[in-house]
Amino acid sequence: MLSLTLLSIPLIASILLLFSRGNLSRNLALVFTIAQLIFTAYAYTVFKNEGSQAFEFLASWSVKPVLNIHFAMDGMSLVMIMLTNLLLPLIVLSGYNREIERPHIFYSLMLFMQFALNGVFISFDGFIYYIFWELALIPIYFIAFNWGGENRAKVTLKFFIYTLAGSLLMLFAFLFLYNGSPAHSLDWVSLTNNPACSCNQTWLFWLFFIAFAIKIPIIPFHTWQPDTYTTAPTQGTMLLSGIMLKMGTYSLLRWLIPIVPAGVAEWQYVAITLSVIGIVYASVIAIMQKDLKRLLAYSSIAHVGLISAGIFALNLTGFQGSMVQMFAHGINVVGLFYCADIIMNRTKHGEIEGLGGIRLLAPQFATWFMIIILGSVALPLTNGFVGEFMLLFSVYQYNTWLSVFAGLTIILGAVYMLRMYQKMVLGSALKESLVFPDLYWNEKIVLVTIGILIFVMGVFPAPIMELTEPVLKNLIK
Amino acid sequence: MNTLIYTSILGFLCMVLEIFNVRKLIVPVLVLGLAVIFGLNLADWNSNQSFFNNMVRIDNFSVAFSGLAIFVTLLVFILATDYYAADQNHISDYMAILTFILVGALMMFNYANLTMLFLGIETLSIALYVMAGSKRFDIRSNEAGFKYFLMGSFASGFLLFGIALIYGASGSFDLGKIADYTIQNQQNISPLFYTGMFLVVFAMLFKVSAAPFHFWAPDVYHGSPALVTAYMSTLVKIAAFAAFYKLMSTTFFYTFEKVAPMLNVVAIITLAVGNLMALAQTNFKRLLAYSGISHAGYLMLIILTAKNQTAGALFYYSLAYSLSTLAAFAVAIPVFSATKSEDINSFNGLAKKNPMQAAALSMAMIGLAGIPPFAGFLGKYYIFTEALQSDYFYTTLIAIVASMIGVYYYFKVILAMYGQAANEAKVEQSFNYNLVLWICIVLSILFGILPGPILNIF
Repeated sequence: MLSLTLLSIPLIASILLLFSRGNLSRNLALVFTIAQLIFTAYAYTVFKNEGSQAFEFLASWSVKPVLNIHFAMDGMSLVMIMLTNLLLPLIVLSGYNREIERPHIFYSLMLFMQFALNGVFISFDGFIYYIFWELALIPIYFIAFNWGGENRAKVTLKFFIYTLAGSLLMLFAFLFLYNGSPAHSLDWVSLTNNPACSCNQTWLFWLFFIAFAIKIPIIPFHTWQPDTYTTAPTQGTMLLSGIMLKMGTYSLLRWLIPIVPAGVAEWQYVAITLSVIGIVYASVIAIMQKDLKRLLAYSSIAHVGLISAGIFALNLTGFQGSMVQMFAHGINVVGLFYCADIIMNRTKHGEIEGLGGIRLLAPQFATWFMIIILGSVALPLTNGFVGEFMLLFSVYQYNTWLSVFAGLTIILGAVYMLRMYQKMVLGSALKESLVFPDLYWNEKIVLVTIGILIFVMGVFPAPIMELTEPVLKNLIK
Repeated sequence: MNTLIYTSILGFLCMVLEIFNVRKLIVPVLVLGLAVIFGLNLADWNSNQSFFNNMVRIDNFSVAFSGLAIFVTLLVFILATDYYAADQNHISDYMAILTFILVGALMMFNYANLTMLFLGIETLSIALYVMAGSKRFDIRSNEAGFKYFLMGSFASGFLLFGIALIYGASGSFDLGKIADYTIQNQQNISPLFYTGMFLVVFAMLFKVSAAPFHFWAPDVYHGSPALVTAYMSTLVKIAAFAAFYKLMSTTFFYTFEKVAPMLNVVAIITLAVGNLMALAQTNFKRLLAYSGISHAGYLMLIILTAKNQTAGALFYYSLAYSLSTLAAFAVAIPVFSATKSEDINSFNGLAKKNPMQAAALSMAMIGLAGIPPFAGFLGKYYIFTEALQSDYFYTTLIAIVASMIGVYYYFKVILAMYGQAANEAKVEQSFNYNLVLWICIVLSILFGILPGPILNIF
C-alpha cells in the first residue's frame, strides 16, 4: 500500500493547493513535499525486508481492453523515487524569495508533476506507465508556458509536440506488444518473459528508443532542450533537468532493455555511437556558449549522453554507474541551475562575459557554487566522480576508442565550467554598480544540502549500488 | 419505443405551448421532459423487443445510444436557454425543430428496416437544414443551410437508390432478411446488391463527413449558429456513426470484405485531410469542423473493425468526443457573442479575464487531442487496439501520426488563451453555460479514470 500512499500524497496536495492563496501555497507545498520525503525514507528503511518487488499493488482497471494496474518498487525504482522526492522540497524551497504570480496554481502543478513522476517510477504495467509518462508532460508544459521567459509560446509548443510525438511512437509499440501477447497483458513481468519475435524487435526498438531519446535527450533528438531550459522558469528547469530527463534514462533500463533485448543487441552500436557523438558535440557547443543557462543546458546533454552510453554498453558496471550518475546528476544540475538563477536574479545579467567579482561580495555563494561545479566536473571525492568513472570504464569495456571520446566530457566539462566560474565569480567586478547580497536563508538551506549530498555521495556511494545491484544483475541475463 | 413516441410528443408540445403563449416554459418543459424520457429509455435495457413488423427494434445498442443522444440534447437545451434568450419570438420553432432532430437520431438507432433508416436520416436532415439556415439575416447561415440542403439531398438520393437496388436483389428491406440473403446466395450475389451496398455506404460516408465526402462540413459548421454547430458536431455525428455501424455489423456483415478496402482508404484520407486542413484554420468553428472530420477518421477505424463487435469502443469514443466538444462550445459561445467574432483570436488572453473558463477549455482541447487522463485518450487507445487486432497495421500507424498533428492545432487555442494579450471584450458567464461546462469536464475525467462500466456496456 505504500506505493499508493506515495502517489496519493502529492495528488491530494495538488488539489488542496488550488484552494490556497498567497504564501500559504508555498508553505503547504513544502509541508507536503517533506511529508512525501519522510514516507520515502520510511520506504527505504523497510525496503530490504520486502523482496524483489516491494509494496506491490495489483488491480484490474478494465476487462476489455485488458488494462491492469501494477505498482511495485524494486531497487531501481526506489533510487529514482528517492531522487524525485528529495529534490522536490529543495525545488519548492528555492522559490521562497522569488515573486511568483498565482503561486497556488504554480505549486499545484508542481505537485501534480511529482505525482506523475512517482507514478512513472513505480509502474510495472506498460499501459499505466504510459499514462503517467504523458501526465508528467502536462504540468511541466503549463509551468514553462505560463511562468516562462521570452518566446515561450513557440518554445514550449515545440517541446510539447516533440515529446508527445515520441510518446505516441511508444504507444504504438505498446499497442503492438499488447496485441501480440497471448493474455493481452502489458504487465512488465509478462512482457519480459515473452519477448516479441526478433524480426519485430528490430523496429520496436526504434519506437521505444526515439521516445526515450527525445526525453533524455540523445543527439539528434535534442533540439527542443536548450531553448526549453532557457525559457522555462528556474524551478521548471530544475524539474526538467533534475528529474524529468531521468525518466528517459530510467526507462531505457526498465523497459527498453528487458522488453526488446534482441533489438537492443542489434542496434547497440548505433545507440552508443549516437550517445558518444552527443557527448562530444554538446561539450564543444557548451564551450562556445555566451549565455549561462544555455551553457548548463548543453553540459546537461553531455552528461546524460554519458549515462546513456554507459547503459548501452550493456554491462553491470555501466548499469550501476548510470544509476549512480542519474542520482548525482539530478542533484548537481538542480544546484547549478539554482546558482545560475541566483546570479541572474540579482544582477539581471545572463551572459558569461561582463560580470565578475561576485566572490568579493558574496563569499558564501561563491563557495557553494564552486562545490557544485566540482561535483559536476567529476572531481574525485565528489558524487560526479564515482558515476562517471564507472560509466567511462563500461564504455571502455565495449570499445576503447569510444571511451576516449566519451572521456572528453570530463576534460571539456572542466574547461567550460571553470572558465565560466572564473569569468563570472572571480576577479574584480566589471560593473561598478554590482550589488550582490549573499545567500538568503532558504538559498543557504538548498545549496548547503546539495553541497553536503555531493560529498556524502562521493565518499559513500554504496547504498545506491547495493539497492540496484540485484535488479541490474537480473537485467544482464 | 416509448422513447421515440414521447420525444415526438415533446416536439409537438413545444408548438402547443406557443399557441397558449407560454414561451418562457418551453425550455424548462423540454429539459424536464427529456430527463423523464432519459429514465424511460433506461427502463428498456435488456428488453429486446421489436415493433411494427420489425420496423423498429429496441436492443441494448439502441438503448445505450439513445441514452447518449438524449443526454447530449439535454445539455444542448440547457445551453439554449441563454443562447435564445434574446430571440424569444422564435424559440418554439427552434426548440421544436431541435427536438425533431433528436427524433430522427432515435430512429437511426432503432431501425431494423432500411426504410426506417431512410426516414430517420431524412427527419434528422430536414430539421437540420432548417436549423443551419436559421439565422435568416446572416448570409453565411443562408449559405450553410442551402449548401447542406443541396449536398444532403444528393446523399439522400444515393441512399434511396441504393436501398432500392438492394431491395431488387434481396427482395426485402429488413436488415435481418437482407443478411440472410447474403448467406444463402454466397456464391451468386447479384451485382445489383453490391451496387446498392456501395451507394448506401457512400451516403453514410457523406453523413459522417468522411473525406472525400466532407466538403460540406466546414462551410456548414462555420455558417450555422454556434449552438446548432455544437448540436451538429455531437448528436448528428453520433447518430450517423451508430447507424453506419449497425448497417456494417448486421446487414453487410457477410459482404463486408467487398467494401473493407475502400473504407480503409477512406479512413486514411479522412485522417489526413481532417488533421492537415485543421492546421491552417483561424476560425474556431472551422477548426472544430476539421477536428470533427479527423475524429470521423478515428471512428472509421471502428467501422472497419465492425465485424469484431466493437460497439463498446464506438460508444465510448462518441461519448468522450461529445463531452469535450460540448465543453468547448460552452466556453466558446459566450466568447463569440462578447467579441462578435468566431476566430481563434477571440480567445486571446481569456486566461487573465476568465481563468476558470480558460482552464476548462484547455481541458476540453487536451481531451480532444487524446491525452490522459481524459476519456479521449482511452477511447483512442481502445480503437487502436481493435484496429491492430484486425491487422490494420498501417492505418493505425497513420492514425497515430494524425494524433500527433492534432495536438498542434488544439494547442493553438490554448496558446491564444494563455500566451496572448487580453482583448477588451468582457465575457459574461451565465450559470447555465458553467453548468454544462463542468458537467462535461467532470464526466470526461471520470470516464477517463473509471472506463469500465462504459467500455463494457454491451
